[in-house]
Amino acid sequence: MQTELTPPNGASAEPAIRTHGLTRRFGDLVAVDKIDLTVPRQRIFGFLGPNGSGKSTTIRMLCGLLLPSEGSAEVLGLDPSRDAEALRTRIGYMTQRFSLYEDLSVVENLRFLAQIHSMTRDRRKTRVDEQLARFDLAVRADQLAGTLSGGQKQRLALAAATLHEPELLFLDEPTSAVDPQSRRDFWETLFDLVDQGATILVSTHFMDEAERCHELAILDEGRLVASGEPQELMAAIDAAVIEIEAQRSREASKQLETLPYVQSVAQLGNRLHALVDSNLEEPAARLQHALAEAGLEARCRETTANLEDVFVAATRDRPEASP
Amino acid sequence: MKLSITRIGAIASKEFLHLRRDRLTGGMIAGIPIMMTLLFGFAINQDVRHLHAGLADLANTQASRALAADVVATQVVDIVEHRATAAELEELLVRGRISVGLVIPADFERRLAGSGRPIAQLLVDGGDPIVLGAARGLAGMPIPGAAASRSAEPFAVRAYFNPERRSSIHIVPGLCGVILTLTMTLFTSIAIVREREHGNLELLITTPVQTLELMVGKIVPYVLIGYLQVALVLTLGAVLFEVPFRGAVLDLVVGAGVFVAATLTLGLFISTVATTQFQAFQLTFVTFLPQMLLSGFMFPFDGMPRPAQILAEGFPLTHFVRIVRAIVLRGADLEQLRPEIWPLGVFFVIAMSLAMLRFRKRLD
Repeated sequence: MQTELTPPNGASAEPAIRTHGLTRRFGDLVAVDKIDLTVPRQRIFGFLGPNGSGKSTTIRMLCGLLLPSEGSAEVLGLDPSRDAEALRTRIGYMTQRFSLYEDLSVVENLRFLAQIHSMTRDRRKTRVDEQLARFDLAVRADQLAGTLSGGQKQRLALAAATLHEPELLFLDEPTSAVDPQSRRDFWETLFDLVDQGATILVSTHFMDEAERCHELAILDEGRLVASGEPQELMAAIDAAVIEIEAQRSREASKQLETLPYVQSVAQLGNRLHALVDSNLEEPAARLQHALAEAGLEARCRETTANLEDVFVAATRDRPEASP
Repeated sequence: MKLSITRIGAIASKEFLHLRRDRLTGGMIAGIPIMMTLLFGFAINQDVRHLHAGLADLANTQASRALAADVVATQVVDIVEHRATAAELEELLVRGRISVGLVIPADFERRLAGSGRPIAQLLVDGGDPIVLGAARGLAGMPIPGAAASRSAEPFAVRAYFNPERRSSIHIVPGLCGVILTLTMTLFTSIAIVREREHGNLELLITTPVQTLELMVGKIVPYVLIGYLQVALVLTLGAVLFEVPFRGAVLDLVVGAGVFVAATLTLGLFISTVATTQFQAFQLTFVTFLPQMLLSGFMFPFDGMPRPAQILAEGFPLTHFVRIVRAIVLRGADLEQLRPEIWPLGVFFVIAMSLAMLRFRKRLD
């Protein structure tokens, strides 16, 4: 399912990214499988998916770093496989792995990239100073990048990716090596950037981050399995969500997994969270009954879905999926 | 898109920063030339001096004894055996007791006075090309049948006295080329591989930097470092081994510049082939060893079999060894060296093109 959203006020009607049947194969492996995507401008668009689901490969195709095997993409009105050079002045890319020079200092890295982006001398100085201040790196300016902490490296990487004020920013799992407070600050910065007109495509496997996105695409084994606003996705989940409080929760969990209409069971401390086929009537009562028959005392009640439920429901068709 | 000097400058100055941070590599820039100049300078010096020699002085006159003394005075040979006949010297050669045998014929005085025939005979262990080369230098030419003594002067020995025949003088300029080949190829061969291994390349290729800008920016700093090394080796050579500098410095600047550029692009090409720094090291040595052995630096080029010579004509080092020896030792100018310069230019263009073809601003 694909959702076209009305862009927020002031944003151009032309989407930042549009793909059609985008596919990438590596030998026999289909890393990205016929993805149709529309990313509106001035939004944070999230790619949610496990490792190996094709998030990085898709981003690399959209940056022009990989050629699609099939299908097409349009990024800021350009074809990344043909107009990569023109595109590169307008996009920023923060790689999954820290890719700045560890043996260069913070300020040397930024100056280098400012030069690479052909900024004038004055402009270079202004932008580097602005980014140092904005990303709270001024005191670290002369420190070697390799000696920064995870959160500092991430700020430097974002400062570098946004140095030339790109219209579109690709962030590939930007917060993997970062503590929760740094992650919060990082997301605050992202919303600031969007306010200033940028569009951001961010990949993640954190549910709390996915929930912050304006819009989400869930990828699994290279396929787009769901997309839309997080709230929409949670409301439209094709399953009933049952919360179970049971004395012997491990046994209860195992028992529930044997039931044909139960899609998945997750344990959250003493409670269980089960996804049940949506066509089942009175699912809470059915589960409670089934557990009682197995001699397990439990209290079951229907609840609202969270993003993880959406994710599990969307990817359940291929239970053999390896993370 | 137009090439941007700013971006080339950005890459180049970044390379300098890497070097400043990497003490070991920085140390190698000066360390390798110093170490190799000392090593080769002294080692080769000892090799070609004091070769064991045998003397068969069939004339046994004042003049013949003077000739033998002159030969010893060169320090290339030490006469360790005295024999009565050439056949006995041959036997000593076969046994490996001596490397060189000097036969002064009974009619030495007459030959010396006359002009048609060689004045003396040198028996040389031809199995060792270095000895052969040294002996050839010693004799100048007195191979029987060659247009020999035009006058009474023992000119063959004098030819040897010519300082150019001293091997450290011969070795040191060529050593510039050997050192440059090793260090230049090594530095650039890891230049792009390192960025790939460290993950920097993925960032770099997403920026507007162009392939040619990246390549040129990568080699510019090393051209300067190359000049530094040439200056270092020749200075050491002049101070320690009294190597003269007879040509024009500007000629050498041009010749070395073309050679260094060719060698650097070979490194860049390796860098686009290798996927790890270790592979880059290996490939560098694979290209380095044949160059060192076949370029004429170690063994006389003329003494090599034809196929090896043809192969060696394709090596940058072969041409640079000739260029640097000609300029430094013989005072040749660039005009005379044109046949050695253009192959380096061709090598540069081909290697650069191959490197650029192999390098793509993509990950697939």
